[in-house]
Amino acid sequence: MGLVADILSWACLIGGSFFTITGALGIVRLPDFWARLHASGVAESGGMILIILGLCLQAGWGLVTVKLIIIGIFLFITGPTSTHAIANAALVTGWRPKPGTGIEQKDTPPFYDVKEPTVRN
Amino acid sequence: MVRTVLLALVLFGLWLLMSGVYKPLVIGLGAGSALAAACIVRRMARLDGYRAMEIFNPLRAFTYFLWLLKEIALSNIAVTKVILSGGATMRQNLFRVNNTQKTDLGAVVYANSITLTPGTLTVEIGPDHFWIHALAYDDSDIYALADMDAHITALEPRT
Repeated sequence: MGLVADILSWACLIGGSFFTITGALGIVRLPDFWARLHASGVAESGGMILIILGLCLQAGWGLVTVKLIIIGIFLFITGPTSTHAIANAALVTGWRPKPGTGIEQKDTPPFYDVKEPTVRN
Repeated sequence: MVRTVLLALVLFGLWLLMSGVYKPLVIGLGAGSALAAACIVRRMARLDGYRAMEIFNPLRAFTYFLWLLKEIALSNIAVTKVILSGGATMRQNLFRVNNTQKTDLGAVVYANSITLTPGTLTVEIGPDHFWIHALAYDDSDIYALADMDAHITALEPRT
């Protein structure tokens, strides 16, 4: 503990903050709904793990660290689940991702017969 | 039965860690609620033939967790590059991937692992396949996902 733990924990906290800020930047900068979902994924996986790791190193051995790890496990499971719920709701209501350049889809994804909503972005 | 006892023990341990108050009354209440929750789960699991009570081998699951952390780190860096380029290197695609897991837990872990690695996202779930949305699609993505699929199928208990 001491100096080494402090340096490691600050490295983790700064790295986590960087990923969280990048995720926020992506939500603002990326052009459409589907791309923004991926940007939020950076904040909720990389940013979350590094910040919780940094906080664990700051807290040292004890109940606080155990609770932080439990929070981490909880977010590890609920984060992707909620992202999936949002993406699935979008697909079911007819929001389609625009395929990138040079990609042809071999088979049609489900719910592609639903009329696209008129309000977008 | 072993699984129900294990579940009660894990719930009780969680109660002890979360409460931090070690008086006989509080510990007794914790033990009582852990037992009640385990009994309710057992009754409910009977309805669907114990499909929800699968367990992975802990050691293999831990190895998989470390591998997943490595994948998350790599794809985080990749998506960060896409964001910092302002979306110029974006190549979105919605494609189909088959999954080979037999248990519900395996399929859930696979779908959540895909979503947890930034850049890929499970959008829809079918009986033996997923629809994946990728931010920066590459033809090698399908092989990377098949690799992850094999890792998770190896975790499942042999029957």
